[in-house]
Amino acid sequence: MGRRWIVIALPMIWLGVFFLLPFLEVARISLVDPVIARPPYSALFQDGAFTGDLENYAFLLSDSLYINAYLTSIRIALISTVFALLIGYPMAYAIARAREPWRTILLFLVILPFWTSFLLRVYAWIGLLKGNGVINNILIWLGVIDQPLVMLQTDFAVYVGIVYTYLPFMILPLYANLVKLDGALLEASADLGASSTDTFLRVTLPLSLPGVLAGSMLVFIPAIGEFVIPALLGGPDTLMIGRVLWNEFFSNRDWTVASAVAIAMLALIVGPVLWLQKSMERA
Amino acid sequence: MEDALTSSERKPWRDGQETPFIQVSNISKMFGDFTAVKDVSLDIWKGEIFCLLGGSGCGKSTLLRMLAGFETPSAGTVRIDGQDMSGVQPNARPTNMMFQSYALFPHMSVEKNVAYGLLRQGMAKAEAADKVSDMLKLVQLDGFASRKPHQLSGGQRQRVALARSLVKQPKLLLLDEPLGALDKKLREETQFELMNIQDTLGITFIVVTHDQEEAMTLSTRIGVMNAGQIVQVGEPREIYENPDSRFVADFVGTVNLFDGTVEVAAPDAMRILTGAGPVVVRPVEGLRAKQSVSVAVRPEKIRLTREPVEAANAMRATVLDYAYMGGVTIYKVALEDGQTLKVTSTNGDTGDVPITWDEQVHLTFPAAAGVVLTS
Repeated sequence: MGRRWIVIALPMIWLGVFFLLPFLEVARISLVDPVIARPPYSALFQDGAFTGDLENYAFLLSDSLYINAYLTSIRIALISTVFALLIGYPMAYAIARAREPWRTILLFLVILPFWTSFLLRVYAWIGLLKGNGVINNILIWLGVIDQPLVMLQTDFAVYVGIVYTYLPFMILPLYANLVKLDGALLEASADLGASSTDTFLRVTLPLSLPGVLAGSMLVFIPAIGEFVIPALLGGPDTLMIGRVLWNEFFSNRDWTVASAVAIAMLALIVGPVLWLQKSMERA
Repeated sequence: MEDALTSSERKPWRDGQETPFIQVSNISKMFGDFTAVKDVSLDIWKGEIFCLLGGSGCGKSTLLRMLAGFETPSAGTVRIDGQDMSGVQPNARPTNMMFQSYALFPHMSVEKNVAYGLLRQGMAKAEAADKVSDMLKLVQLDGFASRKPHQLSGGQRQRVALARSLVKQPKLLLLDEPLGALDKKLREETQFELMNIQDTLGITFIVVTHDQEEAMTLSTRIGVMNAGQIVQVGEPREIYENPDSRFVADFVGTVNLFDGTVEVAAPDAMRILTGAGPVVVRPVEGLRAKQSVSVAVRPEKIRLTREPVEAANAMRATVLDYAYMGGVTIYKVALEDGQTLKVTSTNGDTGDVPITWDEQVHLTFPAAAGVVLTS
């Protein structure tokens, strides 16, 4: 009994110290007022009295900037997830169906980008997408276009950046799911007269839904809070919540509103994620 | 039931008048350098339960998969009901398969699993539902329609798999170790159920199995396979009583083998000189003197007694061991030259003290009991 308790306690303590406590700290800051001091916020209890209020949250609702940023974040994250799924599913399927040693090589290639810095890879996209960048130069040289296309500092560049960066997180859980798919089920489907399209839609796809969900979560959740990609590749209009958060913290030095932004974002994501997980358990 | 008897009494392979329903001609399958199936030709008639019997890796499953269309033959052709199957995809073949793992769709209910094939061929939902419920009745699973496969026992899953493969009324049903995952008692019950269903529907069955008892019980004919080839095809009795090679004699049932050479090859009697002394057998054509052969004698054809008995073949032996099985006792005995034999004797015919360890006994068997094997 004692040992089992230790096994459970270790991750609990870890999560408590490095996740729950910081989270409670952020929640606390979101309830108090900014002051010009160090740290730049007032205490939650002054002379034994609770001084917290929801003023910062009310402020978020009063300024359309924040709501727009939330909506933009959700839109960009959703569209990126859909594209990552459309690109990642066929890749994961192909890897799962590949024979050794190809399977190992292909999986290695999927993970390979992680070996270079994420920041460098996003900078590399600037070089590819900018006005006199690689893609424009090639298109002009081929005679496809006369004038360089404006790609950098648009939503398009943000989509490219997010899909590119998070694609492995889509592919890996999908691969892990698809590689377990029993080949006999596909044969049984064909044997019973189903075309390969039918077999995919009625057998492969429904059975891979847990993988689809896991991959989508792993792309959607970090994409919503993404800061670096919209900052480097996006334009002034691409106002995602991660950038707003950065501005509140470091430009405005308003830690209390910034904390409210962070907590509100968490609340917005947690609800749908829990609902999805519940509905998957039932299925 | 009488109809069932007459249909299983039909033996079109004996006269060769009727055109075979399935014609496998010189079929081979290579996987790289490995030859899984080697130049197999086979004729199977309508309404048969044909068992492909062999050990693991003998090519029986590959042969079945070529009939289903999952593997493309490296050479040779398959005809089903006169139609050449070359290039015909599995989903366009008049065959259905029952998989060894059952391959039930885990995300679909029993009903949906069984209806799957009907709906894919474009049948209306109401009609399909009727057929599904009829089929579930046939396999005694009515009331389980809305269960998922993981909510069923092994025997129930087996019957769902059977129902799913039968519901489209295929011309040919292929069964890959259909009873392999069931425990012994359930397997025996299911064997007879399977035969009844086959009689009711009149569908031709090809069954792959490694279990010789199962093959004996189920089949109209057995094709014994070894190393990618069919070594003997025949009715169960023929395979058991007249194996034509040492492999078949040994693989199907238990057998005692006497190795020796032909001493007298006369038209009326034949003696084989073996280490255990001369063995008299019925004359076999085509043997010459001094030829190396084996004589196969089934354990139940040898009589074991304390007193000498007059017979074509008589030997003396010592009981090494015995196993009382209830209806029969299996004796392991040693001949004077050291060769050990297995002898089965039926219990309950006398009130004598049973023969036991270390007793000196007399073994006798008629000339007709020995089968001469040249390969």
